[in-house]
Parts: sequence; structure tokens; C-alpha cells
Amino acid sequence: MRFRAKIVDIACLNHFTRIINTIAKLTKTCILRLTVCKLYFILSDKVANGGASMWCELCQGNFFDEFQMEGVAAEHNEIYLELVPENLSRALKTAQNAKAVKIKLTNKHCPCLRVAVELPSLSSSSRIVTHDIPVGVIPRRMWNDFREPSVPDFDVSIYLPVLKTMKSVVERMKNLSNFIVIEANLSGEMNLKIETDLVSVTTHFKDLGNPPWASEDGCQSSAQGRDLKSMVDVCIDIKKLQQLLAGQQINPTKALCNIVRKRIVHFILLHEEVSLQYFIPAVT
Amino acid sequence: LSRIGDELYLEPTESGLSLRTVNSSRSAFASFLFAPLFFQLYEPGIAGPDTELFRCKVHMKSILGVFRSLPSLEKSVGKCLILLKPRASRLVLQLHCKYGVTKTHNLAFQECERLQAVFDTQRCTSRLCAPARVLAEAVVHFPPTLAEVTLGTGPGGKISLQNYVEEEAEPRKTMVTQLWLAEDEFQSVAMAPGSHITFCLKELRGLLSFAEASNLPLTIHFDEPGRPVVFTLDDTVLEVHLVLATLSDLESDSESALTNGASHVPTLSDDFADDLESYMAAMETSEGGSGGPPSP
Repeated sequence: MRFRAKIVDIACLNHFTRIINTIAKLTKTCILRLTVCKLYFILSDKVANGGASMWCELCQGNFFDEFQMEGVAAEHNEIYLELVPENLSRALKTAQNAKAVKIKLTNKHCPCLRVAVELPSLSSSSRIVTHDIPVGVIPRRMWNDFREPSVPDFDVSIYLPVLKTMKSVVERMKNLSNFIVIEANLSGEMNLKIETDLVSVTTHFKDLGNPPWASEDGCQSSAQGRDLKSMVDVCIDIKKLQQLLAGQQINPTKALCNIVRKRIVHFILLHEEVSLQYFIPAVT
Repeated sequence: LSRIGDELYLEPTESGLSLRTVNSSRSAFASFLFAPLFFQLYEPGIAGPDTELFRCKVHMKSILGVFRSLPSLEKSVGKCLILLKPRASRLVLQLHCKYGVTKTHNLAFQECERLQAVFDTQRCTSRLCAPARVLAEAVVHFPPTLAEVTLGTGPGGKISLQNYVEEEAEPRKTMVTQLWLAEDEFQSVAMAPGSHITFCLKELRGLLSFAEASNLPLTIHFDEPGRPVVFTLDDTVLEVHLVLATLSDLESDSESALTNGASHVPTLSDDFADDLESYMAAMETSEGGSGGPPSP
């Protein structure tokens, strides 16, 4: 099992760092899955995470100048590692003006991802900072726990409002309530609602647009000729939503969500080089 | 000084006004000595044959309140008068500002013993001197909450800084960060190979910001682990000392001394056989992306 990769381009490094920062804001630990072509950051829906789960996928070629991976075995040419993304985020934080960043899987005293940063300096040789991030190697028999979640049979699929706006609305609502209701319809309308004993607040968004598959047979579970204006709602933990909106640094080109009435909301943030899916279950 | 202790000791001497402090666990001591030339007027008072020059201590918070906002002080204050009134038990700080405004602060003080840490920089076997900027840039890679850091030597005469991981902490869970600086980043280096010293980084950060702001080089004096490490800053009118307690080797057994110390002995080969030296060499020469280190 070997893994070695190198980033030299500052823009790639910066982009990669922002993705890691996004992951670090969503979860304390996650799985890093390495394949020949891609990296995946995975959080499975265990009770510990409050049932939320995440799947983030990026093509290594868009970020790394060098990428060499040898999995556990020839037929299973992949590596699954458990790590704390905050550590990786911290290691990359002060590397933003680096000449090169190398990441390598090592096993000196215990398995670690070694991030070695070569920094410019006024002296004849560069400054080198190494960060040894402890990781857990996930044995192959557990790999099935971390498969890509299937897209649920959603009732509504809609593009999200401008994330910055949505974030500031949700942040203010967070001060008033622990739960938020997201409801949307197939006419591009979305409402964010909170309700407490003292106050109820609703923010209305319209003209958001629905992705093309929303009106096809994607909504298998709904009746034919369903009213395009009828709202589908789900009530979720507001903190999880706020974490996603406040923490994300991906700045996606497309952001949308799929809602299964009263069961789950599935957020998809898409960017040329990275895709992030985040599932928040309804509160029971 | 406020980053270290809660009380400010003022000691006027013939050679200048000394401001000192010590932290609650007595593991950090700092002193700033302002020469008489630093002041427009300096009258330390008269010491008789039986009496020493008066000294006192005040609460750090009260004196910080007087000098709270540096930008506005620079804009509005013309002169500052510091007056010690033993009989009235007051330390008077008078700020003469623009437009004829005078702000007078009367601080209560307590008499005190002389505050002095025991150290002798002449007897230290190792000494490093570097521009404050280099050390400030080095320290930025460590988390702000980090307690201890180990300074040591490494292969090729490099100087290393590494976060210290306590034995009790699970080694499998803690991230280890290590920074390597070349000798020529320092103005002078006198360190025995294999020497290392572990001290509290938090207490140094305050001094580093001061040094960076005043653009003064910082000198680090140390000896064996366990004996204090002394950081000094010097210029014509100011002498600064920061003395920190260090971890002795008895507190870290020989195994962790190796992991924390600068000498990285390449370990037994296994599936991930790892050679730091060639890895670092490859890092430095990889301008054109000459691939990774030689495979094991």
C-alpha cells in the first residue's frame, strides 16, 4: 500500500485547501478513499453524526502534478483511510505560498499522512515543514460501509438560492430555533420556515428554477399530473444546515437540493473539479 | 508583559527603569530595562546607605488600561509623565495630550521584593540569533493553542522546531508538526549536534510580536534540558530578557526524547519504509518536479 502525491501549482493548492476546509467544517472525522483517478471524502450516516452523511468526490488530475497510488491488492486497487480533516486543514493553512506540497502515506510509529511543505526563504535552502497526521487504515472487509449513497426517490428537486443569502437567513434563524423547515415546489419556489412559541419567520425565494430531471420520471413516487405548485417540506436540525452553508468554501457553479417529503434533504454542490453531496435527515 | 503575568513590577535603578513580571506558576519571567537615555527625563530617586531605590508592583490590568489604544495614543499624546509617590501610595501616570488636555491616572501599588530570575546567559552552551521575522514565520505553523515546542538540531546542520507531544497523550492521535530552518537563516548559530530544549511556546509569542514590531534580532540562549532558556533582545536603549523553564529529560523518557528530538533516526523498514533525509533532499531539488524520493 503506497501513496504519494505532489501539488506545485498555487491555484490548485488553494483550491484543494478550500475543499479540505469545507470538509473540516462539516465533520470531525471522515474517510478518505483513494483510487487511481479520484479522491473521495466520505462520511457515512452513523448515529454519531446525527444521521447526516456526506460524499465528496474530486479528480486527482485537477489538483496534483504527481499522484501515485498502490492499493491493498491488485484487484482492489484502492486505499481507505480514516482521518480528522481539521488536521489536514491546519497543515495546509500555512502552506498557501509554498513552492511545493507533498503528501505521502507513511508508517514510522503508526500510519500517518505526511504533508511536507517546501516554503520559500531568503536563505539558500528552502524551509521545510512536515505535518504527520495520524490516520487509521480501513480494512477491506469494511469497505462496503462506505459506498456512494444512492440518490433517493425525491419529491422535489430545486436549485438553491444564492448561498450567501441563504447562509445569512439561516444564521439569523438559528438564533431563534433549533429546527428549520425547508419546503419547495416544482415551480422554482422555496421557503425557509421556523416556528417557536413566540415567533414564526418565513423567508420566501422564487424563480429559483428546477433541474431538468425534476419534471421527468425522476419523481417516480409522486402521482401523475401533480400540482407543480404544491410544496414538499422537510424539517431538519438547523445547525447542520448552517454548518454546510457557513463552512463551504467550494463556491459551486451549481447548487441544488432534492427533498423527500418529511424524510431527508439531499444537497448537491457542483463545481467543475469537485462535487459535494450532503444528506440531512428529517428530525424525528 | 501582560501576556505572561498579572502584576507589573517597576524597579527604577541607576541603569534605567526595569519593568518585570512573572507568571503564576513561576515558569516564565520577563524584564524590560529602559536605559535613562530612553527618557526625556529620568530621576530614579536617591538611594541612601540603608535604603534601596523604591520599587513597587501594580495590577497589570490597571496599567494596561492607561495605554489601551496604541493608535490613538500615538495621535493625541505628546508626553507621558510617570511619577512614583510612595507616601501617597500612588503611581501617577500623566498623559499630556493635544489641545491642552491632561489625563492623570493614579494607580494603587504594593511594595514588593525584588523580582529576579536566576539565570546566566554566559554559561549557556548553545546560542542562536535570528531576525525576529524568521522566528515569527516559523511559529505560525503551530496552532495558537499549542503549549510546548522543542527546538533542536537536525541533519545537515539544520535547526528544527517541533511540537512536543506528552507521553500521556495518545501518540496515535496527535498530529506532529516539524519545521526545518537552514543555518544561514540565522545570524549566528552555536549549537552542539543533538542538543534540544523544550519550552512553552505560548509565552514566547508575546515577545516575538514585540521583536517583530521593533525589528530587532532575537537571541536564544540555552543549556541542558531542565535549565531555563533565555530569549534576549538588545538595542541602545532597551534590554529585554524572557526566561522560560524547560522540560528536563527526566520528564520525557529516552524513547520520546528521540521522537521529540531533532534527530530523526530512520526506523525499521516495513511496508512504508521511509527515509527522511533523502525525502528532504528530494524536496529541495524538485524544482522541475524530478519525481519522489528513491523507492525503498
